[in-house]
Order: sequence, then structure tokens, then C-alpha cells
Amino acid sequence: MNVMSQTWVAIGDLTEIPVLGARCVKNGDMTIAVFRTADDQVLAIEDKCPHKNGPLSQGIVHDNCVTCPLHNWVISLETGRAQGADEGSVRVFPAKQEDGKVYLALTV
Amino acid sequence: MTRQKLVVVGNGMAPGRMLEHLFTLAPDTYDVTIFNAEPRVNYNRLMLSPVLSGEKTYEDIITHDDAWYADNGIILHKSAKVSGIDRGAKTVTSENGITASYDKLVIATGSSPFIIPLPGKDLDGVLTYRDLDDVEKMLVAAKSGGRAIVIGGGLLGLEAAAGLKMQGMEVTVLHLMPTLMERQLDPAAGYLLEAEFVRRGIEVRTKANSHEILGTEDGKVRGIKLDDGTIIEASIVVMAVGIRPSTDLAKATGLDVNRGIIVADDMRTSDPDIFSLGECVEHRSMCYGLVAPLYEMAEVIASNLTGGSSTYTGSVTATKLKVTGVDLYSAGDFAEGEGREEIVLRDGAAGIYKRLVLKDNRIIGAVLYGETSDGPWFFDMLKKGTDVSVMRDTLIFGQAYQGGDPLDPTAAVAALPDDAEICGCNGVCKGKIVTAIKDKGLTTLDDVRAHTKASASCGTCTGLVEKLMTATLGDAFNPQAVKPVCGCTHHSHDEVRRLIKVKGLKTIPAVMQELEWTTSQGCAKCRPALNYYLVCDWPDEYADDYQSRFINERVHANIQKDGTYSVVPRMWGGMTSSKELRAIADVVDKYNIPAVKCTGGQRIDMLGIKKEDLPGVWEDLGKAGFVSGQAYAKGLRTVKTCVGSDWCRFGTQDSTGLGIKLEKFMWGSWTPAKLKLAVSGCPRNCAEATCKDIGIICVDSGFEIHFAGAAGLDIKGTEVLGLVKTEEEALEYVVALAQMYREQGHYLERIYKWAKRIGLDEIRQQIMDDAEKRQGYFDRFVFSQKFAQVDPWSERVSGKDKHEFKPMAAFSLEAAE
Repeated sequence: MNVMSQTWVAIGDLTEIPVLGARCVKNGDMTIAVFRTADDQVLAIEDKCPHKNGPLSQGIVHDNCVTCPLHNWVISLETGRAQGADEGSVRVFPAKQEDGKVYLALTV
Repeated sequence: MTRQKLVVVGNGMAPGRMLEHLFTLAPDTYDVTIFNAEPRVNYNRLMLSPVLSGEKTYEDIITHDDAWYADNGIILHKSAKVSGIDRGAKTVTSENGITASYDKLVIATGSSPFIIPLPGKDLDGVLTYRDLDDVEKMLVAAKSGGRAIVIGGGLLGLEAAAGLKMQGMEVTVLHLMPTLMERQLDPAAGYLLEAEFVRRGIEVRTKANSHEILGTEDGKVRGIKLDDGTIIEASIVVMAVGIRPSTDLAKATGLDVNRGIIVADDMRTSDPDIFSLGECVEHRSMCYGLVAPLYEMAEVIASNLTGGSSTYTGSVTATKLKVTGVDLYSAGDFAEGEGREEIVLRDGAAGIYKRLVLKDNRIIGAVLYGETSDGPWFFDMLKKGTDVSVMRDTLIFGQAYQGGDPLDPTAAVAALPDDAEICGCNGVCKGKIVTAIKDKGLTTLDDVRAHTKASASCGTCTGLVEKLMTATLGDAFNPQAVKPVCGCTHHSHDEVRRLIKVKGLKTIPAVMQELEWTTSQGCAKCRPALNYYLVCDWPDEYADDYQSRFINERVHANIQKDGTYSVVPRMWGGMTSSKELRAIADVVDKYNIPAVKCTGGQRIDMLGIKKEDLPGVWEDLGKAGFVSGQAYAKGLRTVKTCVGSDWCRFGTQDSTGLGIKLEKFMWGSWTPAKLKLAVSGCPRNCAEATCKDIGIICVDSGFEIHFAGAAGLDIKGTEVLGLVKTEEEALEYVVALAQMYREQGHYLERIYKWAKRIGLDEIRQQIMDDAEKRQGYFDRFVFSQKFAQVDPWSERVSGKDKHEFKPMAAFSLEAAE
């Protein structure tokens, strides 16, 4: 059988991600940026701005959005959609934290 | 009908409430036996804090006294901890040998405080804060005075801290997170709470990680050691970091247990004759630690014990801190999110912060600080899912404001009498302001400030003055003429900088609260600006907020279009050596750096470095004596020089030497925007000093200082500041100029724009003619450098911000079979 299914994968402790910051998770060729908000939600999106592939994990986080470090596009961490007048979107991955551990839903 | 036998394990608030309901519904159904591990009747645990603070006594907080148990025919076994349940025989046995049989059993073992497994946790004087025994121990300890350390800045920890302080102890709160009560409050409210505790004389240390509890030889607590090596002396340590459901008994009995004892919606455990409620249960993956959900569970069990079929479906909870004089209320979900809107009301002077989070025109979360009387009203609408669209505009002002006539604030100000005081700091009344506006034809806020001093000090009356101007001038006055920093505030950069100093604001949450920011966290525009202003104004006290810095200033390299980085080490004054060049060559080979380029600032740029290689690159460069060139900083970049009198046949002074001195003196300083310098050894100007932010042209008679040049988007030759005779003077004047710009510039405003705004004459006057001012600027720059001149590369090689450079985890895709 060859079934692709989503599984929660533990990626580390919440404390390893700075508040209003992000860490990267490499999944094969893809990099996923895992963000931690002011109230300790974790949100994960592909680390690739829809504009010119900027590393979103390196941006400034505010209001559950991140401002891309290359050209200041603002991307929602929840929907992956560009905010304001810009159009484009990036993949979103389910993420959660439980008792200080961070989990990412990955297709394995 | 014979009565059934009901046994209750635990005598807390939840089973107490459950029994009350039970006796109301069906008074004669059960004979009740209670096993209580504590030696008491039932009391209100929520009221422990007033007992600790001395505002109430134990007797005041008893909810069910001995008579109540007797009246209802309850057998209460005190100090009887249950040791086993036999589900086959349907009996319960306690440690002291009492056995009771049941038809229905209720487990309400509650929770126990979480003990951090620190060395020294078993010392005499390490306490928790859970029941009356704990409170009594604290009261005894408080009698002998000294310092109490409370670990945990959550609800319980803060109540304990406030109580111990009222009992006369010195108190320090240690909290792991950056702000207090971070689970219930957003950072803005957390800041206000911390300020209030500090005002009460309670020391609050956030981001404080305990390392070890220190003891005396005879096993008593003597203090605590933090991870950073700090030692705080103390006679007691109270751990208030959280609770965990007490599930040992249920587990031993073979019931399904996860984090808590698992119950279904009917509050039955995996055994249909055994119910459970309170803090020990887990319902739909949730464990509750607040009283409201426990009461709801109590009602459901009482009904189901008497043949009903009630269900519990989970609770939305609200939190209130029970410290006298601190008004704080939070409820629901106040996270940011898609489709959510927030309404923020801040009153800096009164210390009020209110924030409502709305989704689809319904309140889903509320945080109130300073004024909480509308908390229950908001909470009620939250629970009911009331559509608030009709009152959205005035919702935040509370219930009393709804339905009345809308108040026109300008009309209210216009109606004030002439002798009403507008500006308390400078004692300016309304009549004086209105007269000045009319007689002198004032049209801007700055004019009014200059002529009357109204709102020129703390600035909290700015809104009033503006409304007065609107009332006096009509449409001729447009307060929006001042360009705000960003959409999060109505204050301009100048106002923000002035108020940071006047009000002594030293953190980003403090600025946002006191200056009434309209968002809870700011944005990518205002946060870096605030961070710079605070770094500049409080160099020794402010802790740089890295998450408010652009990536380049966080990782100390320049991000490139493909997400790789470039690294530029300092080459002081543009000088280098074979040893340095060899080290660079080795680094380029070792890390396969694809491109090496000479920069316009006389240094070498290595491009295309992977982020995870940065620490290694720096380490190797550091070994060769290099430090970061800060080619990414809103701060001092390069000092470009020509070879000067050392080599050049036209050179008049040692321009290279002066350049190196300037760079070594000024490196590491943060400035509003990048700052590039140059020193040319003669007026032929080979170092191109006349298009730099600050430039020096050496001449026979001394050093001509230039500034405010530009060679980027704008091209502009420099202006002359003045001529000085010696190298020492040149350094002093340049440094003073840089400091003046640091203190007055708007974030991202280059020096030429600042100079245009301030006026060249004003700058020349302060730096060239006013020795006292110049000295002041110079001294402040030198002071600030004490904290700024730390090489960021070597800091990171030795481990700082490790998390920035490595992926958190890596998975490789497995081949499909």
C-alpha cells in the first residue's frame, strides 16, 4: 500500500522558539518556518515568500503576520495569504503545542 | 425505599457544591460518606489569598461547617486519605483503616501543586500554595521577616507575593516568561501589572530561570541561585508554578487516566458507577483550574446521580486576580488571528488598558486592566455570542455608555470654563490657551506648546489641547497634520522620543501603554523604531529586543535575495594586511563562499554564505582578529580614508590614522539610520568625504568637519560644520555631532534629512559654539559605548542566540514503497 497520511511530529520544545520569532524545520527539500506568537500559539508556513521566495522565518512578527525581510510583503501566519494590496499565498501546515512541546503535522 | 450509598473522595469546593445540588434535587436518595485527607470541614479555597494577606480568617472562609454535615446526615471522615478502591466489592478504604461501601462513588481528589525538580526542593522552607496548611506555614515564616521568593508569576504566585508583602516580608517574584500572567494577559496588561507590583515594593524578575535552591547546613532555605549566577537570599521559597490533577488513586483503581481522570459529558469515568469532577478530571482534553467550570460539573453530576441525563460540554473561563487594589479581568481567547478585530482603549494617565477581540461581530476575548467593572458584561456577551455590531463604536466604553446620547468630546471641551486647568504640569488654563491661539494666530500644536507650554511636558493633555484648538479654530486646525510613526499610534516620531524621556519609559510595552498605542503588539514599522529610541535613551537599562530588529541586525550579516547572507569584517580605516587577507582566503575556501567583492567602503564582502555557516565563518574570522563590520547596521558603518601624510605627497595630515581612531571610537554605536564617515588627507578628497554622512577634509591648518552629505537615492554635497585645529578636537566634535543626531533623529532618517529638519545653524551653534552642550553630547556617547561595543560575532560564536542559526528539526522524506 502506498498511503500518504498526516502525522503529528514532535519538533522540539516551545522554549526553543523565541517569542515573536521563528525557527526552521527542514522537511526533505522544503523548509518550514514555525512561528511563536506573543501568546504562545505556534503557527507554521512554508519558509518561502510568494513574492520572491524570501525566507519568511527571518521576518518581524506582529499581529499573527510576518513581514518578509526582502521586500516587506506581509503574510498571514494563519492563512498564508499576502495582506493588503499584494496577492499570493504560501502553504500552511497544522502546528500545535502541548505542555511545552511543539508538533507539526507532516505528510509521511 | 432504601437509600443508596454515595461515597465522595475529597472534600473540596466542587463536591461541596455537588452535594448542595443533590440535597436540593432529591434530599433522601443517598446516605453520604466523605473521605477528606485534610483535617477540616469545607472551606472556600479561592479565599486563601485574603487569609494570607490577613484580610480574612479561616473562620470567614468556611463554606460548610460541622453542623451542615450533621444536618444532612453526612459522615465526614477527616484526615482520612483514601488508599484504595475495590471496584468489584464496591468499597473504599482509607489509610487509617476505615472502609465504606458504595453504590455510587464520586472522585474529587483535586490537584496538587507542581514542584519544580530543582536541587534543594526538599529543604525546610520550600513551600507550595494550595491549601490552608500552606498558608499557615507562610504566616509562621512571615513572622520572622526576611525575604520570600515566589517562583511563578501566574495567578497563584502573584496572590501569594502580594499576601506575603502585606505580612511584612520582602518579596521577589521570579517568572520564567517575559511578562506576568502571560496565559491570561497580553503583554500590555502584563506590563501594567508588573508596574503595580513594583510600585508596591515587590521585586519582579521576568525571564528568570531558577537553577538551585540553596540551603544552610541544618537543611533550611537560605536563598536561590538563578541560571545567570545571580544569588538571592531568602528565608522561604514558595513554588507557585502550576497544578497537576491528582490522579494516583484513579490510576491505581484502573480508571482511564490521561492528564486527568477522563470523564464523558455525563461526568462518568470509565466505570459507570464512578463519577469524577473538579481539578482532577480531564473533559474533552481540557483540565480546569478555575472554579466556574467545577460548579458547572457539580450541577451535572447532581442531576445524573438522581436519574437525570444532564451533560457538561466544557466551559469558557474568566480570570480575576484577587489582590486588593489590582483590577484585572481576562476572559476567552485574546490571541490575534485571521478575521479577528481588536478594539483597544488605553488611558496612560489612569493606568487603564482594555482590549476586546471580536470575530464576526461577536466578542471572543477580553482583557481589562485598571477598570474591570464591565468584565462580567463583556463575559456575558462572550458566552452568549451576542452580536455587537450595533454598539461596536462605543462598546469598549462599557455598559453604562450604551444607549445614551453620544458625547461630542470637542463640545465638552468647548463647554469648559476659562479657568479650567488643561495642562497640570505647567499650570495652563483654558483661557490662556484660547487667548494665545487667537491673539498670536497659532495654528499648530507645536506653536501652542512654544507659546503657552501647554502639553509641553508630559504630553498627556495633548488630546485636550488639540480639541481646544479644534473648538477655537474650527476646520483651520487639522491635528492629523502631524505624521504619526505608523498606523499603531497618532504620535509623531518627535513626540514619541520626547515622551520616552519625559515619562521615563524604558520598555516597548511601557511606551505602547503610556502613549496609548492602538494595537497590542505594534507593527514592523514602529517596533524597530521604538527599540532604537530605547537603546539610545537608556543604554544601560534597556534590554535590546531582538524580535523588534530587522533580520540583518539580529544575525549580524546582510540577507541576500536568495536567503543567503553576506559577511563584511571591519578593516579599520580601510587598512588590511597579508595575515588578514590570508585568513579571509582560508574562510572563503573552507566554506565554499561563492563570491568575494570589494565594497565601496574599503572592505571585503563575502557573499552567498548559508545561515547555518555564519557562526563558523565568524569563529574563523575572529581567530584572525576580525570583528563585525556592521555593514548591516543602522549604526556606524565604515570610515573611509586615503593614505594621507604617511604616503601621499600632497597629504597634509594623518588621515588614515584619524579614520582608524574614529572607527575604533565609534564602532558598535546604533544610530537612527546608517552612518558612513570618511577622512580625506587633503582637499583633493580622494576618500570622497564630501558626500558622506560625516566627513573630514584635512588641511594644513587643521581639520574641516563636514556633514549631511548623501550619495544614494539623493545626491548632495556636504555642509561645513566648522574647522578645528587638532585631531583630538576633530574626534570630539564628530562624536558630539553623531550623538546629537542619535538623540534627535527619527528612525530611518539619514543625517542630511535630520539636518534639514533641525536647521544647519542650530546644529553648528550647538556643536561648534556651545562647549557645554558639546561636552554633554560627547559624554553621553562615551557612556552609551560602554554597552554597545561588544563584538556581536564573538558573542554569537560563544553561544548567544544559537537558535537563530540552526534548524529546529530536520526530516528526510522516506521513499514510498
